[in-house]
Amino acid sequence: MASSQTWLFRPFQERSTQIFLGVLFSALVLVTFLHLFMPQDSALHVSAYTVTLLGKYLCYALLAVAVDLVWGYLGILSLGHGAFFALGGYAMGMYLMRQIGDRGTYGDPLLPDFMVFLNWQELPWYWLGFDMAWFAFIMVLLAPGLLALVFGFLAFRSRVTGVYLSIITQALTFALMLAFFRNEMGFGGNNGLTDFRDILGFNLRSDATRLGLFIATGVALAIGYVICRGIVTSKLGRVSIACRDAEARTRFLGYRVERVQLFVFVVSAMLAGVAGALYVPQVGIINPSEFSPLFSIEIVVWVALGGRATLYGAVIGAILVNYAKTVFTGVMPDAWLFALGALFVLTTVFLPKGIAGLLQKDRKASATDDAPAAQEATA
Amino acid sequence: MSMFEQLTNRERVFEFLEPAQSPVDVRHGPILYMEDVNVSFDGFHAINNLNLTIDDGELRCIIGPNGAGKTTMMDIITGKTRPDNGSVWFGSRHNLLTMNEPEIASLGIGRKFQKPTVFEALTVFENLELAMATNKGIWPTLTAILKPEHRDRIGEVLETIKLEPLSNKPAGILSHGQKQWLEIGMLLMQKPRLLLVDEPVAGMTEQEMERTAELLTSLAGKQSVVVVEHDMGFVRSIARKVTVLHQGSVLAEGTMDQVSNDPEVIKVYLGEEA
Amino acid sequence: MSIFRLLAGLVIAWCIAFGPSLATAQVQDDAAQTLLQRLVEASNAERTAVLKHISESGDERARGWLEAFSAGKLATVKESGATVLVLNNVGRNWNIASALNGEDMGKVSRRDLATVRVNNSLRKEVEGLLAVIDLAAQNPDVRLAAARDLLGEVDGALVAQIEQRAQVEDSTAVRDMLTTALAIHQLEQGDVSAVETLSGSLNANARAALNNASNSDDPVLAAAAVKALESIEQKLKMNRAAETLYFGLSLGSVLVLAAIGLAITFGVMGVINMAHGELIMLGAYTTWGMQQLFPGQPGLALILSIPAGFLVAALAGIAIERSVIQYLKGRPLETLLATFGISLILQQLVRTLVSPLNRSVVTPEWMSGSIMINEALSLTLNRLYVIGFALVVFAGLMLIMRKTRLGLEVRAVTQNRAMARSMGIKATKVDILTFALGSGVAGLAGVALSQITNVGPNLGQNYIIDSFMVVVFGGVGNLWGTLVAGLTLGTINQVLEPWAGAVLAKIMVLVMIILFIQKRPKGLFPQKGRAAEG
Repeated sequence: MASSQTWLFRPFQERSTQIFLGVLFSALVLVTFLHLFMPQDSALHVSAYTVTLLGKYLCYALLAVAVDLVWGYLGILSLGHGAFFALGGYAMGMYLMRQIGDRGTYGDPLLPDFMVFLNWQELPWYWLGFDMAWFAFIMVLLAPGLLALVFGFLAFRSRVTGVYLSIITQALTFALMLAFFRNEMGFGGNNGLTDFRDILGFNLRSDATRLGLFIATGVALAIGYVICRGIVTSKLGRVSIACRDAEARTRFLGYRVERVQLFVFVVSAMLAGVAGALYVPQVGIINPSEFSPLFSIEIVVWVALGGRATLYGAVIGAILVNYAKTVFTGVMPDAWLFALGALFVLTTVFLPKGIAGLLQKDRKASATDDAPAAQEATA
Repeated sequence: MSMFEQLTNRERVFEFLEPAQSPVDVRHGPILYMEDVNVSFDGFHAINNLNLTIDDGELRCIIGPNGAGKTTMMDIITGKTRPDNGSVWFGSRHNLLTMNEPEIASLGIGRKFQKPTVFEALTVFENLELAMATNKGIWPTLTAILKPEHRDRIGEVLETIKLEPLSNKPAGILSHGQKQWLEIGMLLMQKPRLLLVDEPVAGMTEQEMERTAELLTSLAGKQSVVVVEHDMGFVRSIARKVTVLHQGSVLAEGTMDQVSNDPEVIKVYLGEEA
Repeated sequence: MSIFRLLAGLVIAWCIAFGPSLATAQVQDDAAQTLLQRLVEASNAERTAVLKHISESGDERARGWLEAFSAGKLATVKESGATVLVLNNVGRNWNIASALNGEDMGKVSRRDLATVRVNNSLRKEVEGLLAVIDLAAQNPDVRLAAARDLLGEVDGALVAQIEQRAQVEDSTAVRDMLTTALAIHQLEQGDVSAVETLSGSLNANARAALNNASNSDDPVLAAAAVKALESIEQKLKMNRAAETLYFGLSLGSVLVLAAIGLAITFGVMGVINMAHGELIMLGAYTTWGMQQLFPGQPGLALILSIPAGFLVAALAGIAIERSVIQYLKGRPLETLLATFGISLILQQLVRTLVSPLNRSVVTPEWMSGSIMINEALSLTLNRLYVIGFALVVFAGLMLIMRKTRLGLEVRAVTQNRAMARSMGIKATKVDILTFALGSGVAGLAGVALSQITNVGPNLGQNYIIDSFMVVVFGGVGNLWGTLVAGLTLGTINQVLEPWAGAVLAKIMVLVMIILFIQKRPKGLFPQKGRAAEG
């Protein structure tokens, strides 16, 4: 166990991780302070609405970190990470749904409203246990993890990689979206799960709970970041890069490439699930649109904009793009898709290494600069 | 069912723990034994009834015109390509046709590609570190710590391949010849029983070539080495026994002098090259 | 309504034509007046006979009277006692016309009219009578329709007439229909020999009659009927299978059309073009645009759309290739992202410039309707055209790839870019042309799709994942693979659909492909060999 601690604690010795954690915790403290201690009418006051909005960004940031782990370091472009995010979200949503109890519109003590509405007589078996927080929280990790395990096992074993894998992951999330749209699935169909009341006994509508969720998300992001960083700075991280750049070579060195891919993929899926689980109580709803291929591919552009294979770049990208989205959709909603589309094109053509690449440019020798291009050529 | 077993069977995982000096049984003869191997791609017979044996500790050169099946042969030995029929044994115990690439690699077969393949984003040091013969399972790799003896071993190899000053530079900036050596260095880190070396001196200077020849000959004896090479001068300088491949099967075998005087060989190969 | 107008018009024309012989007309009118009078006054029981008289009178107006009667639009004006046809019975005042000469008599309050009451059994009677009248019509289609109406409606009184008719009938289809009608009647009478006539029929009425007969007290008849039903059921099953296959091929050919352009760009250039769906959408919108340019001539517009759709999409493709893709050579994942961005922009562009709502594209007359193979199986024409179109496009592409210089160069570049270039092939030019070709084919797909689905900004999105599945399933860089994969997936989808529902069928197909990739990671028709394993 002593050795396992080492990989997880190695990131703390890194300057980039120290800076990242420093900035993140300062931001958490600052927002908390401005929210609690600034008078409501002050320009510096951060409203509960903004706190929740920031919490949402942090969820996206964690999701982006998860995607960067597989895309940046393993070379697997997953266009289906939204599915893991949504599964984590549904697991949380099911817990929150059961917490409503008999306070729903129909007042059924056991069945959620939509089941009563559909004339269901009893709770489906897969809803059992979700009234217990610990069970639900385990499922937040297990549901996406298992899907990733099964899917990844099948895909990596038959050496489906590159664009093939991307397309298949997109098909996966598309299929899940279709499935979750069906009322018969027992996840609320079109409308999804909503009208949540409280979490762990705290009222979801109170400002204090919202602040708590925001802080919890920040902490989750920090932990997720450190885990990912721990992996990529370990020898396993270097093997991942080896798989990304020269899969066959790695195999001939005796590494089970498909197991490396599977491990990292499952870890990434679980992180995405956690992000989804924290997202749901803050936005108050989970529905099948989170499975939409568009959302999944949007995540990728956050990472691309921020700069892949840096992890902190993913965080920057997620926050920037989503802030832009909030602004755009408020001011001129029609223009958002144009902007997003242009972002895809401009980032890939003009900014292949993202914002992080710009930041690094001054610091690092040009030696490493052509490395990513060479990697792509072999991919 | 077998998938599940593969995942749960603890013994399989423990394979990694086996020493890199593999349990290859060479008491009853050759280290590599290929018999009646056939491969075809869309009707094209790349390998045609190939029979080949390599003895333990031997240094063998394989020559042949383009398309003779040299690279395909290596693909078969390392598990990248499955032959249509025939048998391939490593020692007298391991049937290579039932194994995949990592299994074959951990048994002790190392391979250098025709096109030098190193991990360009990683440093020279890291390239060697990854190649090191250790437990290559997921958890051991995640928790791996570089011990002083590992560092020493990498240092030794760095010295052998003359890349010490570049140790912390990404492999992407190396010259073609340096990449070739780095790849040979990675093979050395693997401590294989059998080295398959595909065109090791392409893009090397005369001097580098000499050193490579020295290196390969020094390996023979402890390890078996199979070299595929086009450069006749280089082959002549290291070869004790040469096998000529033509159209996917063995055309001639013997010392360099023997094969270069073989009329068949002169006709199909040397005649064209000279 | 228009039928009445037409009839009225005909009557007037008739009057004009035979103006000089008005005297004869007067005689006829008297007879007719008497008949109508009797129809109005008779009890329901007697009316059957009167109706028959009318139908057999040979009077050209008889059809109109019978139809008006069965529709409850035959009335008498209370004051004058004249028999009139009600042209429009909506509202308080009704339009009426004289039953005898069709003369418009203006609007009359409905309280001043007494409609002749009709009941269902009489209505049925009239139907049969009308059919008999129509059986003598000039147009064989009218005769066929009339004969069809007679199925199950034949009674003892009609038998003789129908038999007579069947003997002089020269159209086989009509004669068969009449025979079936008679056989159904005979079967209803308990005639076992009729079973044989009906046993091959796919007609619903024939089946209903056999069904009734199978429950009959007569064991011989019942047994024969059951046997006949079984053979019909067998035949129906075949027909249903054929129909499913047809739907499958139709869906499959759509998939082939949508995917084949992708197969070219993906297979040749290794470019994942996520905007391919939007190129399809452009083709569909071109069709809509052409129809706006040529209002009232949907057929011409559609035919012109084929080259136009190809050009529009090809030009868009060239623009995409020059502006983005050429800078992303050898970086397939980045290309995927960039082209996805382009697809978003194109979608939003259409939403902003045209409309976020679906546009309706008219199907020309020669493409609507269906071909009836037999009673249980009819093929819709538009889908048939799409299947044909897909095959033509496929054959055309095959020809281009196999027989032209471009095809040769494309294949050379696919197999070994560096070598092709060193042999003097301009790889850049080949890239542009290939991409234009692939995009143009997407435009063609859009033209075809506009005929069978809604044309809207999301059109492309709906097909892109399916198209990729087809390409992956078929094997990259293999047009045959795309064809086989498209048709197979289409058929599998249609086979599963009635059994599992549309959504579940789609999910199952997706899961199946994911599993299939396990066994054959390179698709149905993989490229084999050292060069293919990069």
